[in-house]
Amino acid sequence: MSHPIAATATGHGAHHELGFVRTYIFSTDHKMIARQFLFLGLFMMVIGGLLAMLIRWQLAWPETPVPGLGWLLRETEGVIPPETYNMLFTMHATLMIFFVIMPILAGAFGNFCIPLMIGARDMAFPRLNMLSFWTGAVAGVLMLAGFFVPGGHAAAGWTSYAPLSAVPTYTGTNWGQNLWCISLIVLAASSMMGAINYITTVINMRAPGMTLFRMPLVVWSLFITAILLLLALPVLTSAAAMLLFDRTLGTHWFLPAGGGEPLLWQHLFWFFGHPEVYILILPAMGMASEILPVFARKPIFGYRAMVYSMLAICFLSWIVYGHHMFVSGMDPRVGIAFTLTTMVIAVPSAIKTFNWLGTLWGGSILFTTPMLNALAFVGMFVIGGLSGIFMASTPVDIFIQDTYFIVAHIHYVVFGGSIFGAFAAIYYWFPKMFGRMMNEPLGKLHFWTTFITYNVAFFPMHILGVGGMMRRIYNPVQYEFLQHLQWWNVLITYGAFALGLAQIFFVINFFWSLFAGKRAPANPWNATTLEWTAPSPPPHLNWGDRIPTVYHGPYEYSVPGMSEDFAPQTRPLPSGAAARH
Amino acid sequence: MLSWWLPEDVSSYGKDIDFLFHLIYYITGATFVLVAAAMIAFLVLYRHKEGRRATYTHGNTTLEIVWTVVPTLILVVLTFLSVPTWARIKMQMPKTDLTVQVNAKQFNWIVTYPGPDGKFGTEDDKTFDNEIHVPVGKPVKLILKSQDVIHSLYMPNLRFKQDAVPGREIPAWFDATKPGKYEIPCAELCGFGHSGMRGWLFVHTPEDYQKWVKQQWP
Repeated sequence: MSHPIAATATGHGAHHELGFVRTYIFSTDHKMIARQFLFLGLFMMVIGGLLAMLIRWQLAWPETPVPGLGWLLRETEGVIPPETYNMLFTMHATLMIFFVIMPILAGAFGNFCIPLMIGARDMAFPRLNMLSFWTGAVAGVLMLAGFFVPGGHAAAGWTSYAPLSAVPTYTGTNWGQNLWCISLIVLAASSMMGAINYITTVINMRAPGMTLFRMPLVVWSLFITAILLLLALPVLTSAAAMLLFDRTLGTHWFLPAGGGEPLLWQHLFWFFGHPEVYILILPAMGMASEILPVFARKPIFGYRAMVYSMLAICFLSWIVYGHHMFVSGMDPRVGIAFTLTTMVIAVPSAIKTFNWLGTLWGGSILFTTPMLNALAFVGMFVIGGLSGIFMASTPVDIFIQDTYFIVAHIHYVVFGGSIFGAFAAIYYWFPKMFGRMMNEPLGKLHFWTTFITYNVAFFPMHILGVGGMMRRIYNPVQYEFLQHLQWWNVLITYGAFALGLAQIFFVINFFWSLFAGKRAPANPWNATTLEWTAPSPPPHLNWGDRIPTVYHGPYEYSVPGMSEDFAPQTRPLPSGAAARH
Repeated sequence: MLSWWLPEDVSSYGKDIDFLFHLIYYITGATFVLVAAAMIAFLVLYRHKEGRRATYTHGNTTLEIVWTVVPTLILVVLTFLSVPTWARIKMQMPKTDLTVQVNAKQFNWIVTYPGPDGKFGTEDDKTFDNEIHVPVGKPVKLILKSQDVIHSLYMPNLRFKQDAVPGREIPAWFDATKPGKYEIPCAELCGFGHSGMRGWLFVHTPEDYQKWVKQQWP
């Protein structure tokens, strides 16, 4: 394989020092951009998390003043009004999905892992990469600005169903919803730049010997995520633009009075939205697939099955979106087709789960903090995946659609899955990213408190959903049939508060380790993939004079006939070993 | 035991929905228990011990085929078990004597009865706010409309949910099996008054229903 791009990349900046601004702010180095995305995501996670705390307060003790919030909600003396409540859950979901999980999983770890793990010196288009981050940051500022405009921020749900979202008088929000649209259009541009970069880099810039089927699974997952981003985001952009035009220019895409069609919004939104769900979970699947072999000291079970199942998800994710619309008024015959595809998309996830179990089987398992988080990812993802089968069955969905069962499901996938995946990735790659180790005891304390309080906060939501509690309601005790369930809401709120507090351990660990953690060696986990052959943290352009050459697949642990229990991809296997790939 | 929390079912097709719910509940519950037990067993059995090396294997094709084919079969069977119930509820309309229009608006259910002539748009139409009265054991047809945003008519005890979409008339039906008073929340976010947008379904015995009809259309 020839490497014209890698060769030119060596030329730029190898011989001159970059100033502060070019190093830390307008950097074109993929590792710095990765850190920037990570900090953006963690900052937004704090805001999104605090919004969730307010939501939980209201649901446990409806219409009672929030302690300490009297100065903000002066007119109601601290009680959250219903329109503010709608804003809270709309923006909690919007921030968590678009500004926490996507920037951390795809933005930070896509940028950090792809070049380092395929043996490239940087992304294919470093300046486009920089532009991608700064476009994303502008989108973040626009999104946060919505909190400060008259009428408040968007309050039509993160799904922003038209016509509720399309006419300002229906919600009372004006510029909030407009900024929501504009911010997502800008953010989609940022993600498009990233996606093009990831795809180009993976296709063109792999080190000698790094064939596609020798790529680490996390690179596969990010590559497939990038393909989904590239194809899904234009649909969101179009839909958000149409919504904005309906709101500001007098078009009637979604307004029946002018010949528009409300369901068009749902078709467009979910055609983007369901691939989006996999955009949120695929990188976490890749991270678990990366971390389990390292700490089980064992090759991943069924590497090819893992790749093919991700490709199957990539394809199937386009033809399942109608399951969000079973009771929307969509032709019920179409629902049958979507039931079948939705049932079938559970199969690749099942295959992945069984292969993760296969990886653990016969291993020599080390319970480090990244491993614990990766194991929690597997367990919680299983619950989130299985609860999805209820919704796939159209008759059952009639009952549980728009209830807390859906809220439970999405949080088991997106928190239990994506966020535990993100924590696993942060604990695992922190030494490479920042050159220092995180504190293990504090990491374990964070893990166990998070794992337990997470389940207290989210598992009972299944019960509320089965009991019939609707999502997005302001006050559950207004309804007679929900009164006997209210104590679950109180329990969930205590769980959520504890979950929020448990994150303080993470914040302390993160910042303390950043400045005072033990210096990390190049390969602290005795792992095989290429990033661990570079110094911690890797210098600009990652490796010295020569980029590594790859001799075998990424998960050669405990190879018979070797004294060490891991064989880096840069070292040929002994001739007797039954190497695959 | 999630299923303990299901609201009481008082509809003719509710038991079919609840059957599927329970079936999926037991299948997924058993799957979860098996996966979790295997995972915990592996974590305990194969924890790191000095001197023992991990088994060196890259996978097993037979296992891959088994754990691809078995879930696929189960899920396809679940699909085909779901279809008849779905078709009965949403694709077929039983013969009904009573048709009621529900026109949703922020934040009310406006319920219109056609009156004795059985036709909408005539003088004997009668409109109620947030109240639907029906006889027990008789299928009732609903025509769902909306004046502004999307709402969703939800009757937990009847396992009924259908969105009302502006610009459309969506037909739906139910058949209540037990007299009583049941809540009708709105299940689709429809604005600041979404929570509390609620009506009541009154399921009457045949005699009581006749009495109610006589009162309304003397």
